[in-house]
Amino acid sequence: MTFILLLLVFTVLPLSAGMLGWRRANAPVFLQGRRPRSRAVYHGSYMALWCVIPMLLVALGWLVVEPFFIRPAVLQVLHSVANQAVGHSAFQYLEIRNIAAGVLPEANASEAIMRAVERYKSLSQSASVVFSLLFLVAGSLGFYHAYKKLAVDFPAREQVEKFVRIFLLVSSMVAILATLSIVLALVVEALRFFKHIPLLDFLLGMKWSPQVAIRADQVGSSGAFGAIPLFVGTLLIALIAMLVAVPVGLFSAIYLSEYARPTVRTIAKPMLEILAGIPTVVYGFFAALTVAPLIVKASASVGLQASSESALAAGLVMGVMIIPFISSLSDDVINAVPTSLRFGSLAMGATRSETIRKVLLPAALPGIMGAILLAVSRAIGETMIVVMAAGLAANLTANPLESVTTVTAQIVTILVGDQEFDSPKTLSAFALGLTLFCVTLTLNFLALKIVRHYAERYD
Amino acid sequence: MIMTNEKLIRKRNRAEKRFRAYGVLSLLAAGSVLLFLIYTIVSSGYSAFFRASMLLDVQLDAALMDVAPPYTQDVLLQGRYGTVVKQALYAQFPDVVARKDRRDLARMLSPGAEQSVRDYLIDHPDRIGSRISLEVPLSSDFDQLYKGYLPRSGDYVRFNEAQLQWYDRLQQEGRIHYRFNTQFLFGGDSRYPELAGIGGAVMGSLFALLVCFLLAFPLGIAAATYLEEFARDNHLTRIIEANINNLAAVPSVIFGLLGLAIFLNVFGLPRSTPLVGGMVLSLMTLPTIIIATRASIRAVSPGIRTAALGMGASPVQVVFHHVLPAAMPGTLTGTIIGLAQALGETAPLLMIGMVAFIADIPSTPLDASAALPVQIFLWAESAERGFVEKTSAAIMVIMAFLILMNLLAVIIRSKTQSKVE
Repeated sequence: MTFILLLLVFTVLPLSAGMLGWRRANAPVFLQGRRPRSRAVYHGSYMALWCVIPMLLVALGWLVVEPFFIRPAVLQVLHSVANQAVGHSAFQYLEIRNIAAGVLPEANASEAIMRAVERYKSLSQSASVVFSLLFLVAGSLGFYHAYKKLAVDFPAREQVEKFVRIFLLVSSMVAILATLSIVLALVVEALRFFKHIPLLDFLLGMKWSPQVAIRADQVGSSGAFGAIPLFVGTLLIALIAMLVAVPVGLFSAIYLSEYARPTVRTIAKPMLEILAGIPTVVYGFFAALTVAPLIVKASASVGLQASSESALAAGLVMGVMIIPFISSLSDDVINAVPTSLRFGSLAMGATRSETIRKVLLPAALPGIMGAILLAVSRAIGETMIVVMAAGLAANLTANPLESVTTVTAQIVTILVGDQEFDSPKTLSAFALGLTLFCVTLTLNFLALKIVRHYAERYD
Repeated sequence: MIMTNEKLIRKRNRAEKRFRAYGVLSLLAAGSVLLFLIYTIVSSGYSAFFRASMLLDVQLDAALMDVAPPYTQDVLLQGRYGTVVKQALYAQFPDVVARKDRRDLARMLSPGAEQSVRDYLIDHPDRIGSRISLEVPLSSDFDQLYKGYLPRSGDYVRFNEAQLQWYDRLQQEGRIHYRFNTQFLFGGDSRYPELAGIGGAVMGSLFALLVCFLLAFPLGIAAATYLEEFARDNHLTRIIEANINNLAAVPSVIFGLLGLAIFLNVFGLPRSTPLVGGMVLSLMTLPTIIIATRASIRAVSPGIRTAALGMGASPVQVVFHHVLPAAMPGTLTGTIIGLAQALGETAPLLMIGMVAFIADIPSTPLDASAALPVQIFLWAESAERGFVEKTSAAIMVIMAFLILMNLLAVIIRSKTQSKVE
């Protein structure tokens, strides 16, 4: 209710302020027969902005500050009543909030939790009163300030444009903010994971079974967080994918740019674009439902036993997914080779394929290497295909017919469904995420460096 | 000497042909995989748009249905319709009396049969007390039997002899109908394949895309405008550009981790909602929009800029009154392509809990909901036979949306091209 009212204020106040500014700037009393320095529109915008921005700042500030006031107070009630240190406070706080919001039922909550819910409710009620007051005061002060400023020779346009420039700058900083929050989220949670499991055990351990005993007397769920099987699985699938995608993608690109007639090109280019546009779930479904059974049958016919979820199925389909990526990148690279090299070779009597193999490809090699690196980073980060087709068993194997699991597949399986916070199992997903982030970042950095270095050579 | 030369030339020509053949083979391989994929999806999915149902003569007895006048929607929603449906079914087969047989008989109908009666009554409350003929859905197994996906005999047969006889009798009497399944397109998810629909998932995806558009479109244009028009060549600019490139390359699961750790756990935004989904997707779409907008701003002829400046416009006015409108087609194309990519993204939505089973169709971005690609994932993981065709059909729907969006982008691009020329 309060929220809707405030939202109403948030829209109506700036609108009316804008109208007021605009009408006042047009009024004869205001103009006194002179030409205003800025047009009426800018006076209106100036007024509106001075209402919106203070309110927005208050709201944003509140979003950041509020948890620091309410959360400790609520959790303190919880701890003083139950004296319990079980469970992660962030998770308990979430539960309390959800009960208060009516999302979770009150029935099975403990008494301590209910006391905390009461405290939360009363605190958030008074907090919302304080917030509403602050919000309204900020809006009206802005309004008053802007109204005072309006005058015939007031440079409203310059002021508004200054704001616009700041807005543009802030918008472009969102990218930095996003990267920072990714790094922050990953590092903070991963550090908490490494408190339980030493970094080297994680990076060099040979056994992955993230189940952790809920009770101390449980059997067989000690929890092992050695990520080597995941790394091997990821690399195995990426390798299979590259074995498919690099030759097919490269030859497609060569054929399309050097040999194909325009009619072939008008069919083949959209075809590759469609392959690139198919969502990864669709590829995953295709791999699990069609390709995997085919592989089982085919390997049975030669006397081999393939698992129903195999690295080969996931890798092959992922390779198909990456074909258009490789072909479009290498197309760019091949076309960037100076035509003088091509003509020189042809003039010396080389056939077209000889020109391509002995002149164009060596010249384009760094660029192609960059493209392959980018494709590897795509393959490592790809999630849905492996979740659906590669399986979850953390086998340490190089046999493509067995089921393996990957870093991304583990992140998804660990975090989908019920999570117990602060358990090494949940946190391990963030450690895996951090590893994945660092690896893909490095690969992309290397690829860009290679491509850039190569581009400079011919410029 | 001449012989060897000719041999060499022949060898070289053969190599040339072989090389060419590799190219053709690669393209053919890619093309045939694509065709095979499309064939698999369409051939196993088209039947999900249809459903086998049974014509049932139902006696609408108010007492048995536990409803009393006035027959408002609320009253009718509280009613129990199991008994009338079962009685109608037993009346159809008067010779079936044993309890076990009757249970088998009742298993031929979907639990949705009761909903069909309820929905009929909500539309026609005046028919209470009368006898009506109503088409009610068959259970998933019999639906699949009708479509020929389940065998009548063999090791894995899911029907007993009696059920098959009853089914054949119904078919002879012309009581089995095969109709277009509107519930699939407009209904919510269900545990029962014959009742499951993608309406909820489509709405969830649309809401998520709306949020994504509202965030990423203005931010993307603003960022691109700053970088192209106002940024000086300094450290800050270089850092921003590096970050945009970096965002474009981060794997999508990582964005899911970001959403989980920051949007859900720090800011406490509601789980499983299109709002959070859209926020995460907007971060992934942002680089696409920024790159497309920058390219189209760069393509605006400098004459427009200088002319506007010459007429006394301020730099901000030049950008907002002239450059951005001229760059808009390219921006829109990039935005649509970015949104199409966002529509297919699955992994980040899984992380923020859009995988929960939700039968209701969301009416705001703040309602918990599924999304189209996630629904595909959920159904693909379901063990029941009936969900295989649903999965393929949902894929057909998402592909239809993607094709539509890309066509729109192509149309915008071609229209503006002809204008410039």
